[in-house]
Amino acid sequence: MPGIKKYDAIVIGGGHNGLTAAAYLGRSGKKVLVLERRHVLGGAAVTEEVFPGFKFTVCSYVVSLMKPNVMRELMLPKFGLELLPLESTMTPLDNDYLIRTADSDQTYREIARHSKKDAETYMRFGPAMSQIGMAVRPILETIAPNAIRPTLSDISASKKLLNHFKSLSSEQFEYLTKLMTMSSADFLDEWFEFEPLKSTMSASGIIGTFMGPRSPGSAYVMLHHYMGDIDGAFRAWGFQRGGTGAVSMAIARSAEHFGVDIMTEAPVAKVIVKNGCATGVALENGDEYNSNIVITALDPKLSFLKMVDEGDLPSDFVTAIKNFRIRGSSGKVNLALDALPDFTCLTGDEHYLRGAISISPTYDHLERAYDDAKYGNFSQAPFMDIILPSVIDPGMAPPGKHVMSCFVQYAPYDIEGGWNDKKREDFGDAVINTIARYAPNIKDIILHRQILTPADLESTFGLTEGNIFHGELTLQQLFSLRPAVKWADYTTPIKNYFQCGSGTHPGGGITGSPGEMAAKKIIGIQ
Amino acid sequence: MIYENKFTANTQLKLSPFFERTSKLNESQEWRRWSGYLAATNYELTHENEYFSIRTKASLLDITPLKKYIIEGPDAQQFLDRLVTRNIGICKVGQVMYTPWCDEYGKVIDDGTVQRLTENKFRITSAEPNLDWIITNSAGMAVTIRDDSYTTAALALQGPNSRAILNVVASDSLDSLKFFWMMETTFGDIPVSISRTGYTGDLGYEIWIDPKDALEVWDLLLEKGGTFGLTPTGLQALDIARIEAGLILLDVDYISSRHAIIETRKSSPYELGLGWAVKLKKEDFIGKAALVDEVSRDPKWSFVGIEIQWPELEKHYRNAGLAPGLPCTAWRTSTPLYKGNNQVGYATSGAWSPLLKRYIALAHVKSECAVEGFQLLFELKVEHIRKLTPAKVVKTPFFDPERKRSCPA
Repeated sequence: MPGIKKYDAIVIGGGHNGLTAAAYLGRSGKKVLVLERRHVLGGAAVTEEVFPGFKFTVCSYVVSLMKPNVMRELMLPKFGLELLPLESTMTPLDNDYLIRTADSDQTYREIARHSKKDAETYMRFGPAMSQIGMAVRPILETIAPNAIRPTLSDISASKKLLNHFKSLSSEQFEYLTKLMTMSSADFLDEWFEFEPLKSTMSASGIIGTFMGPRSPGSAYVMLHHYMGDIDGAFRAWGFQRGGTGAVSMAIARSAEHFGVDIMTEAPVAKVIVKNGCATGVALENGDEYNSNIVITALDPKLSFLKMVDEGDLPSDFVTAIKNFRIRGSSGKVNLALDALPDFTCLTGDEHYLRGAISISPTYDHLERAYDDAKYGNFSQAPFMDIILPSVIDPGMAPPGKHVMSCFVQYAPYDIEGGWNDKKREDFGDAVINTIARYAPNIKDIILHRQILTPADLESTFGLTEGNIFHGELTLQQLFSLRPAVKWADYTTPIKNYFQCGSGTHPGGGITGSPGEMAAKKIIGIQ
Repeated sequence: MIYENKFTANTQLKLSPFFERTSKLNESQEWRRWSGYLAATNYELTHENEYFSIRTKASLLDITPLKKYIIEGPDAQQFLDRLVTRNIGICKVGQVMYTPWCDEYGKVIDDGTVQRLTENKFRITSAEPNLDWIITNSAGMAVTIRDDSYTTAALALQGPNSRAILNVVASDSLDSLKFFWMMETTFGDIPVSISRTGYTGDLGYEIWIDPKDALEVWDLLLEKGGTFGLTPTGLQALDIARIEAGLILLDVDYISSRHAIIETRKSSPYELGLGWAVKLKKEDFIGKAALVDEVSRDPKWSFVGIEIQWPELEKHYRNAGLAPGLPCTAWRTSTPLYKGNNQVGYATSGAWSPLLKRYIALAHVKSECAVEGFQLLFELKVEHIRKLTPAKVVKTPFFDPERKRSCPA
């Protein structure tokens, strides 16, 4: 129990963004309390020993875009951040495979095996995307300026961005425009011809989003994921030793180092709002904590439709939040394995099990998987992004045993007839059957399986509709529109009530960015 | 041997007794020369996984090229005590000491470890051949000196899982073996000596064996260590790890006084951050008089860790329209350090630490600058243009995990 009942700031939700915001506020000298509903910290960035001896990266499984300055300013390496490389991506095919690795010669040779043209284009594609990344990064790292009622700092931020856009080369401008508007399939068709290469690359354009690779707008999501590769030597894209929960724990330890109090099993029922001003929170058990400001790390739906009364908010804002698209599109299957899966395309080769395995053989595979979901079913043959954490970090499972993390898409939240235990098992079976097509031994080596449907993601982790990004990363709800116009700068219509979750700019993924920028905004105001 | 000797002259590079295995595992076929041996630079195409194995799993390195000498006889302790700067008199049987040794002028010749094998028997390791120096200085003492370089093969098993692997392979538990101690045990029926030492600054061991058992030991470790993530590791990964650990390297961070053509190239232990290893209270040892004198005058140079400051480094690259350029491997080119317009030192090796997310280097600086937090300017080339960017003097080791010294409860 915290010793005091009056704080400078209370953060609702001990996910990685909530903890990041708390750590920054603590670092600036404020007395901060973090309240987490569950018994563990981390939100969706959590590691749990679901089956004895086997540690599951229950939801999120890789670190993609952790901001370098957040790592540095919060001293995260000192508190346990250890990012191990994920060196390759393998796409198993029927009787063949496609592998991309960290070694450019090897990757060239491997792609050339399928298409000489693509192998050479691939070498140009990386630098082009890096250029775009450089062009986009300053946008992501700016607090979205309020275009409607700009303050001086908004004007200067807008000016900076305008100058930034003016500084882009015509090529950068072309790619940027295309990435903002096209589907990932169309965009990649302009570059490549070998379909498994294209479909695998397009897959990052659909992750966490209720779209197919042929849906316009998916190219931007692809770019969002590509950003992780930009600071090459940083290897911001990787696997955290001990799973993503260890990232959250590193941030939590940093926060505690800065004097932050953290309470678990402390579900907040309501934000206390008096005269349009947040003054504290009430827990479900009736305890109340007062504070000068309250910061929600929850998604926009929970933050504004559950934590406060609609009556305390302007009706246009309520409408905007209700329209905010947060459709869950993915599920997660975590397996405890007795041995390694043996992919028939590369039987006995354990080397490539250190990287990602992408079940994305064709556009049609992905698009059909999407079609199932569009009409209210989970995909019979889903897209999957698979990693084997225990191969990268043997500490994740007992010696010789393994854990397998399967990100599965699509699984719609609104499934025909609603999710139930039987549907969950059927969904698990569809996943296993799809894997078995490429690694037939999978069925014989499963010791335990954990299946999370969007409904489970919602009930266990508080992700509305099971959306992993607190709202889709589509253009109409990014930047100055995330989560709603006028309120993209971490403020809300309620005085002293702020937001810092993935539902704010710049969005989802383990980036620390919304938490950091929200805290910096608050420190700037206070 | 799969390597056919086509020359008869004994001038070729030596092949380690592990070469039969390492040569087949070396996917990149990148090799460096190390004391006349072929030593793997990387086994894989990039060194990243090998580096992370040292820090998060376990790494196996062939360190046979180390020079090794056996010193035995009633005067062995007294002789070594005279040779090196540390107090060998307090080194117990089964203990290991890291130490430099100097010439008569107190300038460092080499550094290595001294293992006390029995009351009157020691093994000393070094980077360079030291046999002549050792023999010359043993005149009149009851010791026999034997070059053990080719008669003992050695492996380094480093990383957080190294103890767990040895506990599976060895007939005795390693749980109570303390940092810088050693023990005799067996792998099956193969006798091995294991010292809890290494060049990574992590939990780790070095295994000393008869070369005839080399392949069997290698196979056994890899077979049992596989499930703990044991990874054959080359020198590129090791180089980053040893910089993180703040450990110096002969011919990179300093020059042996025996090869220095000019006086200024020589360094005393104080100038290499090894003052802690000089025991001036000892009765006598080679270089003592000069070192006593140097201490009274305060050494002019110091050896420090520096951290190149990120925000300014990033700015240099941003101005050139680039993402921050970082060395992906450790570098060894002397790099000037300034205070204002004056050069006050030079960095001798550096690396981007993938674990710490810090750009670190080891450097010689004038002693007045060797204060934690002291701001220096580090010379950097961005797109062929020289820039100066701030660097700060920081404590070493840069990375010092508790597991390095701790024993399981």
